[in-house]
Amino acid sequence: MRDRLNRLVLNVIAAVVAGLFAAAITSAILYLHGDSPSFVISQMWHYGTQATSELTILNSASVYYLSALAVAIGFRMNLFNIGVDGQYRLAAMLAGAFGGSVALPNGLRQVAIIVVAMLVGAAWAGLVALLKVTRGVSEVISTIMLNFVATGLIAYLMRPSNLGVRSGANDITTKPIPKSGQVGGLDLIPSSGGKVYGLIVLSAAIGVLFHVIVNRTRFGFDLRAAGRSSSAAQASGVNVKKMIVITLLMSGACAGLVGMPALLGDSHSYSSITFQTGLGFTGIAIALLGRNNPVGIAFAAVLWAFLDQSAQILDINNIPKEIVQITQGVVVLSVVIAYELVRRAALVRQQRSVGKALAEPVEAKVEGVPA
Amino acid sequence: MWPDSTRCPGSAVYRAPRASPYPAIAVRPPHPGACAIHAAEQPDVAEPAEAGAAVELRGITKRFPGVVANHDIDIVVQRGHVHAIVGENGAGKSTLMNILYGMHKADEGTITVNGKHVVFSSPSDAIGEGIGMVHQHFMLADNLTVLENIVLGSEPAHRGVLDSRAARTKIREISDSYGLDIDPNELVENLGVGDRQRVEICKVLYRGAQILILDEPTAVLVPQEVDELFANLRGLKAEGLTVLFISHKLDEVLSVADEITVIRRGTTVRTVHPAEVTARQLAELMVGSELPVPELRESTVTDVAELTVEHLTVRSLDGRPVIDDVSFVIHKGEIVGLAGVEGNGQAELVEAIMGIRTAESGRVLLGDRDVSRWHTRERREGGIAYIPEDRHRHGLLLEAPLWENRMLGHQTERPNTRGPWIDRGGAKRDTRRIVEAFDVRTPGIDVTAASLSGGNQQKLIVGREMSGTPTVLIASHPTRGVDVGAQAAIWDQLRHARAAGLAVLLISADLDELIGMSDTLRVVLRGRLVGEADPRNVTPEQLGAAMTGAGTGAEGQAS
Amino acid sequence: MTVHDPGAPPATIRLDRVKATRRLSRGQLWMVAGGGLLLLAFVRTVTSADDITSAGTLGATISLALPIGLAGLGGLWSERSGVVNIGLEGMMILGTFFGADFAYFSHSPWMGAVGGVVGGLIGGLVHAVATVTFGVDQIVSGVAITILATGLARYLAGVFFTGQPGGGPTQSPSVPQFTRLRVPGADSFLGKLERHHWFAVSDLAGLLRGLATTLTPFTIVVVLLFPLTWFVLWRTSFGLRLRSCGENPAAAESLGVPVYRIKYAAVIVSGMLAGIAGAFLADFAGIYREGQTGGRGFIGLAAMIFGNWRPGGLVAGAGLFGYTDAVQSRGGAKSVHALLLLVAILLLVVAAYALWRRRMVAGIASGVGAVLVFAWYKGTNDVPIELVTYTPQIITLLVLALASQRLRMPAADGIPWRKGQGT
Repeated sequence: MRDRLNRLVLNVIAAVVAGLFAAAITSAILYLHGDSPSFVISQMWHYGTQATSELTILNSASVYYLSALAVAIGFRMNLFNIGVDGQYRLAAMLAGAFGGSVALPNGLRQVAIIVVAMLVGAAWAGLVALLKVTRGVSEVISTIMLNFVATGLIAYLMRPSNLGVRSGANDITTKPIPKSGQVGGLDLIPSSGGKVYGLIVLSAAIGVLFHVIVNRTRFGFDLRAAGRSSSAAQASGVNVKKMIVITLLMSGACAGLVGMPALLGDSHSYSSITFQTGLGFTGIAIALLGRNNPVGIAFAAVLWAFLDQSAQILDINNIPKEIVQITQGVVVLSVVIAYELVRRAALVRQQRSVGKALAEPVEAKVEGVPA
Repeated sequence: MWPDSTRCPGSAVYRAPRASPYPAIAVRPPHPGACAIHAAEQPDVAEPAEAGAAVELRGITKRFPGVVANHDIDIVVQRGHVHAIVGENGAGKSTLMNILYGMHKADEGTITVNGKHVVFSSPSDAIGEGIGMVHQHFMLADNLTVLENIVLGSEPAHRGVLDSRAARTKIREISDSYGLDIDPNELVENLGVGDRQRVEICKVLYRGAQILILDEPTAVLVPQEVDELFANLRGLKAEGLTVLFISHKLDEVLSVADEITVIRRGTTVRTVHPAEVTARQLAELMVGSELPVPELRESTVTDVAELTVEHLTVRSLDGRPVIDDVSFVIHKGEIVGLAGVEGNGQAELVEAIMGIRTAESGRVLLGDRDVSRWHTRERREGGIAYIPEDRHRHGLLLEAPLWENRMLGHQTERPNTRGPWIDRGGAKRDTRRIVEAFDVRTPGIDVTAASLSGGNQQKLIVGREMSGTPTVLIASHPTRGVDVGAQAAIWDQLRHARAAGLAVLLISADLDELIGMSDTLRVVLRGRLVGEADPRNVTPEQLGAAMTGAGTGAEGQAS
Repeated sequence: MTVHDPGAPPATIRLDRVKATRRLSRGQLWMVAGGGLLLLAFVRTVTSADDITSAGTLGATISLALPIGLAGLGGLWSERSGVVNIGLEGMMILGTFFGADFAYFSHSPWMGAVGGVVGGLIGGLVHAVATVTFGVDQIVSGVAITILATGLARYLAGVFFTGQPGGGPTQSPSVPQFTRLRVPGADSFLGKLERHHWFAVSDLAGLLRGLATTLTPFTIVVVLLFPLTWFVLWRTSFGLRLRSCGENPAAAESLGVPVYRIKYAAVIVSGMLAGIAGAFLADFAGIYREGQTGGRGFIGLAAMIFGNWRPGGLVAGAGLFGYTDAVQSRGGAKSVHALLLLVAILLLVVAAYALWRRRMVAGIASGVGAVLVFAWYKGTNDVPIELVTYTPQIITLLVLALASQRLRMPAADGIPWRKGQGT
């Protein structure tokens, strides 16, 4: 128990050190460009902690959280689902079209939309699983390629002759989801004058579910075993191929949810121009930052959303807000290095303590033992 | 002169197994050498002309996290000697040799080579001083040619461009003059164990080494190959080279060494002359007691078939049969030992029995249930316990705590799980029981498997597999790389299992273990069962001959 | 690339993992090339999609294949030393930015090439520090580098290009380009032949004319990097050491090979090659644009995998992807539609081969595929243009699905190596 606590503390320290390192690099770049790092930081802090910003941060974080969980499921068994990006976009688009055109009673309609999104996400990820299990194609490459294909497929499906509807001057969207299919907001930050996505509850629930499945069930044990050593898992009776398929389907289903808070709570239709893209890559970064742990990911998601939102103030001050992307990139890279160092240090420490504990003379029982 | 048939007086019946897939070294050493048995009785009297210490290790101490691997080691190796260093697994022999070869740096102590004080910070420094090492696990890149493997790091080159012709010529010269029989153009992956070892030796000679370190060189060889290796060593010695020979097999050491240094728990115990000691005394020095003996008491074999394999055929990815029409039966209370040179299908057979690998045809029966179509997990639940060959790759989750490792392979059974849920309390309690009952030395069950010694890891695995109610035990190299304490405990467990009526399949490269611990012996060669022997009257030499397909020693060739 | 592939059969298959790679002899290579040309000519004649063998298409193929091939070459250096480099895309992005930046501010395309090298070098160095010194998961590091490079390029573009004519955070002003070399006479003579639309002859002429009219000094330098890489990796002692680090670093270390230093060198060269690929893209377009690489770094990696971690195979893979990219970008839907026929024929060949080798399942699956693709070809007049854009990505998937199982990557590729680990 103490050992685990130590490890947790070490990990938090590692994350903080990585954050400070990223801040230092960012400051150096700002300084070189002639901007004052302290001014930038105070501006960002001031803007980022306003009520309206907090609202946006919470909303973004709830979406980032889902995306990062989708990635983390894969990571837990050493599968790299870079395809969350394509999976969630395709899922949001098809679920949007479904919600806009299929009439179902209130309540059921929202559920049906979400289920469709999960199915589409899972199906798109299922292609990856199929290629990996039957043809030995690495999921790293296939997911990247399928992200591009998803973009093309969405563009094709969004043709007005297919599922798209012209909206405004040059935007094409899916048919808007009527009131009976929307999910209302929560008034969590009254002073902001806006509402938090109602589906933030879903995000939290998925986080809990993730924890329970991975850490408390037999299935989760198999998953982690396969992630730690696929050869040992195989020898222990885990059907590794089946696990690959199931894990990717779960990851894809979770990815399918990524677009839901915004689709059902805000935009009510999928637009090829305004619907947020690139969330899948954000999810990878956040999953790494949060060490594939639901609690760690929650913190990471909020941090990420905070950086995104608070950077909006920089343009007004004529500082390219892209500086934040550098911060984010450096954080991810330095945090994985820091975690690796912590892992090694913990291993050495444990070997040392085991060695010390056993150095005390133990009465040797060379003779056999009763079973 | 070197006798015509490489036949040594006294060394049992043995013919050069030329037809085997692992051809014997066609030994034509430059000087007539003695045979193994001769040497044991009358050690080479003729000391090399330029006597003196080739290597002096003084006060060597090396600490690793949690362990002191070497402590105050003192060894003096005479030039032109074969100097053996013996000690049980985990005594610190390999660490010491890695220090001498520059792969580790000693925390304390001095190294003197040919009278010169040296400090090595990498193997190239050691190579520069004429030291070469043949590692226990061969250090060869499978996808490179023999030539590439040999010249790597000391390539003949003009302005950076490799001169393959020069390299080939030099390798052929070395190969011819030491009788190593090496083809420089062959890909290493196509070589057998014996060939690989000769490539390793050639690698060292290619660098002009005067001092050779051989780390457990006989571990994977059959007796005949061991004899050939020793003949090679004598050849090297006659050339004035110095050999450091690491082993824990006492008979071998006594037969080949000029001097023997015993290491125990990381420190030197004594240096002795082989003529002055018996194997028994050496064992006493090495472990402080007699070595455990692999032996079985009265037969418990019944006529109830527990594991039946019928016409099993397994093909590799490219369609070659790696297990070819194999049939055998193991009865309740019987241990069947499977002998074979590594890579002849043992691993595939085990995987096919466990359901890890799909068989093309044939059946596997557990009792009278046909389990051929069962998945690994169902077979395990059905009563097959499995001690895998490579515990790090197949037996453990190294970075997981012990109690999670206790669940591995039994994650569907109580007390580890209840329905779909993990029962942490139950798993932890039962892990504590195993730690207690099987004497796993650990400060707790929350430490990772990686922090335990090999012997303790193996005891945990054995304890785990013997939990529940297995009816069949597949034990693949169960005592490989473990200390004598663990070895004794594991042999005890095998006896227990046999007494409790389990059907046991035992695979090992240690022929003494195989002969001592089996009720029946089968020999596998190129995926086929080629022989059957009675362990009560077969010698390791006969068994070795059968394993390479050359022998007539094993009785009852037909099977 | 299948780093920790849990799908692969378990460990003890060293011995039966025999040479899955049969290398083609020179004569066979010519036969394949000739057969390919005849097939293309046949498809062109049948479909009258002239663009699939036109000079323009081959010119574009070269220009599009080279950046992919260069990225793949970068992958080859890195992975042969045992480090998976999925960060190629990021290093390429840095190459596009620095290439355009250097070229613009120095008014010299050559400086642009240098800029590409510098940009890629930075990326490679970071990857080397993370994976070699710190032993971080190589794919994780690569993805992080791509994220970082995207942000860096965006920020720097904002800093450097804002205020320049036509420049801004997402694109540069136009940058000086290399001038094209022309082979005198080749254009008019081959052009004449090409316009006759004779079977095979015109096709060959088109291909040659494309070759003759797209060369720049940069192209020539870049093309030479391929044989140079082969020579360095397979004929020098440095190359042998580098490959040994990818196959068995423990063995290399035990012979005094400085594994860390070699890996550093390999990964840095890998970054530089990817950087050159980026600079090449910027030079070809005459401008830096955000997202210009469009996943070519990843496709390059796929080309290298397709090429079985060998330069020759890599060239074939890059050529294939470059060709499909050229066909889609020039001929659009019609040409890609014609390619459907090609795919159908190829699948039929695969099916026949599989059946001949008595691999029934594979044979039947390929046969069914051939019929389906042919039906698609027959039943439609074009392919959705939105998907046509991603032809190279789709082809990548198809090719890997067909080829992955016969590939053999360096044995220690993707596995973090720690000094002293082998003892």
